[in-house]
Order: sequence, then structure tokens, then C-alpha cells
Amino acid sequence: MAAPIGQPRVRLPASAKAGEIIEIRTLISHVMETGNRRDQEGKTIPRDIIKRFVAKFDGQEVFAMDLATAISANPYIAFPFKVEKAGSFEFTWTNDAGEERKSTAELKLA
Amino acid sequence: MAVVTTLPRAAGAQMQAATAEAVRKATGGKEPQEGRVTLRLPPIAENGNTVPITVTVDSPMTAADHVKTVWIFADKNPTPDVATFHFTPALGRAQADTRMRLGQTQDVIAVAQMSDGSFYMARTEVKVTIGGCGG
Amino acid sequence: AAAGAAHAQDRPSQEALLRFAPLGQVTLVHVTDLHAQLVPMHFREATLNVGVGEARGQVPHLTGEALLAQYRIAAGTPMAHALTNLDFERLARAYGPMGGLDRIVTLIKAIRAERPGNTIVLDGGDTLQGSWTSLQSRGADMVEALRALTAEATTGHWEFTYGAERVKELVAAMPCPFLAGNVQDNEWNEDVFEHTKTFERGGVKVAVIGQAFPYTPIANPRWLIPDWSFGIKEEALAKRVQAAREEGAQLVVLLSHNGFDVDRKLAARVPGIDVILTGHTHDALPEPLKVGDTLLVASGCHGKFISRLDLRVEGGRVAEFRHALIPVFAGSIRPDAETAALVRKLRAPHAAELARVVGRTESLLTRRGNLNGTMDDMICAALMRQRDAEVALSPGFRWGYSLLPGSDITAEDVWAHTAITYPAAYRMTMKGEQIKLILEDVADNLFNPDPYYQQGGDMVRVGGLGWTLDVAAPAGQRVQDLTLLRTGQPLEAAREYSVAGWASVNEGTEGPPIWEVVMRHLSEGPVRVEPNRHLRLKGA
Ligand SMILES: [Mn+2]
Ligand SMILES: [Mn+2]
Repeated sequence: MAAPIGQPRVRLPASAKAGEIIEIRTLISHVMETGNRRDQEGKTIPRDIIKRFVAKFDGQEVFAMDLATAISANPYIAFPFKVEKAGSFEFTWTNDAGEERKSTAELKLA
Repeated sequence: MAVVTTLPRAAGAQMQAATAEAVRKATGGKEPQEGRVTLRLPPIAENGNTVPITVTVDSPMTAADHVKTVWIFADKNPTPDVATFHFTPALGRAQADTRMRLGQTQDVIAVAQMSDGSFYMARTEVKVTIGGCGG
Repeated sequence: AAAGAAHAQDRPSQEALLRFAPLGQVTLVHVTDLHAQLVPMHFREATLNVGVGEARGQVPHLTGEALLAQYRIAAGTPMAHALTNLDFERLARAYGPMGGLDRIVTLIKAIRAERPGNTIVLDGGDTLQGSWTSLQSRGADMVEALRALTAEATTGHWEFTYGAERVKELVAAMPCPFLAGNVQDNEWNEDVFEHTKTFERGGVKVAVIGQAFPYTPIANPRWLIPDWSFGIKEEALAKRVQAAREEGAQLVVLLSHNGFDVDRKLAARVPGIDVILTGHTHDALPEPLKVGDTLLVASGCHGKFISRLDLRVEGGRVAEFRHALIPVFAGSIRPDAETAALVRKLRAPHAAELARVVGRTESLLTRRGNLNGTMDDMICAALMRQRDAEVALSPGFRWGYSLLPGSDITAEDVWAHTAITYPAAYRMTMKGEQIKLILEDVADNLFNPDPYYQQGGDMVRVGGLGWTLDVAAPAGQRVQDLTLLRTGQPLEAAREYSVAGWASVNEGTEGPPIWEVVMRHLSEGPVRVEPNRHLRLKGA
């Protein structure tokens, strides 16, 4: 049974002007089990991480990240975005078992 | 495994074999040049489990000239791979932030691939200390 | 001759200490690293204060004769005594103790009276920790002290060791903003404290930006402030300096607890800072150091000095400045009555405990300095004897005043060197290689050639071992010829040694509070500690 994937959280400015570059900040709670740890009985705890993050704007992939086991627990991922028109973002996190967690956010023009 | 080899001239300082291999895989054997890539890392990590990293690549991020991919490696972690960022011109600036685990004092390395196929690299040391002795 | 006879009457009068030809629109008054010292005391400056890399042989890494020569100060004079370790015992008895909140307030009130619309009083942090009364009141007593000082902004380092919740309570109670632009929450990287406070003085808009000690979560227990991240954060600071300028500031002052060498590097890299009021490394400089267009001011510690800096500002630049490092000779300054009453009130609940005699010293006990001081060797002896250990580790804190030979040691004196919120005196076994690793780790915090890797503080004090410290060697190779003094044999990497220490930054460390261990040791009879000759320094 894969480690629980928490509720994703995203922060971007409430509104932005065309031509402005905003910062999009995301967090999702997850233990990011490296596969190098052992439990009390000395058994190796299998690797279980969020391995892929994709950000789409109006259905178009604008940013993606492949995560390795060195990424900290509760992965934090932030990246810029050049505002040209209003639209909607879709963020997807995928773990080793292929389970997904999605989140959407609206971008409004000031 | 921890045989230290020297990468081609551009790499300068030495790297663990696994890291050198990972860089070679990323660049398809091409030689990364110095410059254009900036790594913002704390000189001394407050907590080896969550070390904030910002990577920035100098690029106009136009369709014709932009950053495609940035690989992050930690030279002395159990495995060097940390993350791979995939950029598009829509970002307007080639930058990404995340938080990573460092097991000991080591160099963090960023390799960037441009849309014209060229590669650039930067490396910075992060100290992971025992702490104490409050000054 | 000056080095010969030294008498109280050679001490400058209050009027002489305050004599200053006013200049320009703005007067900055800076005091820092009080370490909760409300009453006058003696504080001997370092014998060893080694600089590395660019700082080698540069201020503030000058001590003794070299420092006097640099600033053309005659030996044996009051200022020579205030600034150096030379002839300390004789001059301390002649010129008397320094500091005292009621004396500092007298000086500040006089400067404010002379320059009512021009003065800004700024406190550089490490104010709320360092005494029994501040430990018992968890900083509340020193919030009253900040009010008495009429401080208009402060920042912090040891304040954080009261824990995040207490810091929030203290900041809410403070009479002035607590400025710390380099502290963010480690979830969303958002500011935890204010960073900038703007003033209008003599028609000039002054922006004061605060910087807390960047390595607090490393040098002090992170578990006390688990959700906050620090760091130098140079880019963020540069943006704030620029923002202050764009909002009309004609003078930008950094109220910094970075440490002098960090600020020297910062001044060369971050444009637009006119003045850096430095703190944390406890340096006192008779003149500001100019780095590019930035003036670095260093105002010492424990209330020994206040700095006054008058500035004439034109076109958003400092056209002219005048500076004085004012030594606070307690005997020369009329105590401010109101503040003297406040100090008595703050100390009253603990007066009997503070005055309790717990021992006696036949020799000078002092801590400040790169390597073991005699106070450190006494604490290490107490740890080894009372906790039955072969080796002792005591932190290289730069706070804690000096005790003259032939004086009683009171409980207050012991607490002035041990009053921290994580005082457990642990006892454990460590392999020789682990001990060396700790020494090398601390050595690199102090002697890394790049200031941004330095954390201030002095070398960890070690009891039971002799060794050589090569400050110029690379990290991991500075600590050489480690010898167990008890046997005279080299320290063996693989062998286990019993180690007693205190002030571990790890949560859940167990053991009696260090002051109990020291007091039990002192109760066994007078102590006599000669300067440590088992430590050799190379590469300075
Ligand atoms: Mn201090
Ligand atoms: Mn400090």
C-alpha cells in the first residue's frame, strides 16, 4: 500500500498584469521514502516517492519536474510563469505506484 | 564506487565517479561549459533533510532560444540524482526552486541543456555541519 | 610613564566622554550584545582573535599592542584598558568596572538632549540572554531594559533560544520593532518579522533594515525554532535596500547581527548600504571601517561601549561623518536615577541568590578569545571532575565577564557564563575520531577563509586534551597532535573516551544544569587556573 499523498496546496498571486512574470509555489505532503531506511526489525523500507510533477496552463504543459529520492519530504516546487492571458492551471503529482493527485487554479488578469 | 575521476576540462574540480557518469549520461557525453547557470544554496545547511535550492539559467526563453532541461546532482549522496526540471518559453524565466536532502558536506551540481543543444554547468559547495557553539 | 601609574582620576569625566562636535542631520547611537548585563562588570578583551583569508591581520582581528598601534592609543590609558587585554588586572583595579544600564542611559539621555530631532538609538541584539534574571524572566527583564534605553529598533540571535512562542510574546511586548529580514517560515518562505523601519531625522528619511544572526538554527538548537529558516540571504537584502531607496530613503542603515567579517563581505557585494551597525562577534573599533561607500561600526559588548555616529547626508549619500566609540566607565558616569531604580526592581526577586558566594578564585578568570580562557578551563575541570570524564567540551561562547584574582565567585558570576535554556551537562562516550570531527567542524565554522561560512563564536573549549590548531590548514586538517593529557598518549581514533560537556544543540540531552556542576566544583575550595599551555596555534 503506497504512502499517503496529502492534499496539494498551491499559491499564486490573486491577479496579475499581462507581461508580468509571477511565481507559482506548490506543496504536497508526502513522506518521500528513499528506500535506504530500515524499520525496527532491520527490514528495508521500500522506496515510495512522488516521482513526477506536471504543470499545464489551458491544457498546455508549461513546466515539469522529475523527482529523485533526494527530494525532501513534503515536496516544495516553485517556478515562474509569464502572464499573457487569463486561464486555468492544472497541476498533477504522480507517485511511484502511478497514483495521481491533481489541483487546479485560476489565473485572473488585473 | 567512490573512485574519483576528473571530468573533461570544463568540470575542473573532481567529482565522484557516479556523478561524473550521471553528468555524461545527461549531456550524451558532450562537454558542459561554465557560465549562464546560477545555483543559490545556503553556504551552511540548517538541516540536511531540507536544503533549499534555487537554480536560474540566463536565457531569453524565446521559442528560438530557451532552456530545455536542468539536471541537479548531489556529488556525495548515496545516488547523485536529485531532480530534473523541464522548462518551456511560457515561463518567461528559467528558474526553479525545490528542497533536497544532503547527507554530508558536498558539491551540488546543475547541468542545463539549451534549445540549441549546448550544455552549461555550475557547482557550489554546501556544508552540512554538526552545529553548536553559538558564538 | 602612562603605562606606569594609572589612577581613577586618569579616567575621562562624564563631560569628556560626551564631548562631541555635532555634525549633520542624523545621529545614530548603537549598543549591542549587552547579554543581559544590567550592572557594571570587568570584561577582558581577547588575547587571540585570528583573522583568515582576506581578514588576516585586518581589523577587527587585532589585539593587544597591534590594536593600540593601529589606532595610536597609548598603553596603560583608560581606552587601552577598555580595548585590550594588556595589563588587565592592574588597570581594571585602577579604572574600575565598565557598563551598567543606568550609566548607558545617562549617556543616551545626554545625546538625545543635545540632538533631540536627530537621534536614533539602535540595539544590535543578543540583549535578552546572558544573566540569571533574564533566564528566570525568559527575557522579560531585558524588554524593560530596551524601554529604558529608548531603543528604536533591535534584532536578535540568542533571543531565539527562548523558543519561537516566547520570541513572539517578547517581540509583542518590545517598545520597538524587532527587525529580522532574513527569517522566513520554512513552509512557504514568508517573512516572520518586520524587516525595515523608516525614520525622519533632521529632515532626512532614514531606513533601518534588520538582520538576525544567519546561523541561529545551526549554532543554537533548531528544535527551539523548528519552523523558521535563517541565512544571510544577500539577494533579498539587496532588494530591500533598493526598495527603501525607491521609497525615498536618503540614508540606509543595516542593523546587523551577522558578525563583522560577514558584514565586511556583504558591504562589498550589496550596493546602497550607507552604514552597517555590526554585532555578534563582540568587536569594538575606535573608528568605523570604510568598505566602498559603506561605514562599518563595531560597538563591543556587555555595555562596555556605545557608538555615536553623526552623519551629514546630501543627495542620498553620506557627505561627511563623525564617530566616537564611547567607553562606559561606570565610575565616571552619574547613574540615571530612574534606570538605577529599574535595575534594582528587576534584580530584587533574585537578589539573595545572585549575591550568594559559591567559591573563590586566586587567578584571573576570563573566557573571550579564540582558544581556552581560564574560565573555560575551570568549567572543563568541573565537568571532568564532577562528571568523572577523561575529556570535557565547553562551548566557545564570547559572552560572560571576567573575574579578578582574589575575588569571591557569586552564583551570579557562574550564571553569567552558563545562563542558557539548554544547560544540560551531558556525559557520554565518544570515539577519538568523533572528538576530532567535532573540533574540526567547529574550527571550520571559525577559520573558513570565506566569511559567509563563518559563524562567529570562538573555538570549542576542550578539557583533558592538548593539541595544535593550524588555522590556515584546509577543513578537516586544522586539528593536529591530539594528546590525552592524563596519559600523555596520542588520542586514538577508534578508542572510546568518556566525555562530559554542555550546551548540546540536540533535543532531549540529559544531565544536571551546568551551573550546578560548576558550583559543586567551586564548593571544594578556591580555584587557581593558569593560562592553558597545552594548546598551540599555527598559521595565524
Ligand atoms: Mn553576542
Ligand atoms: Mn550573537
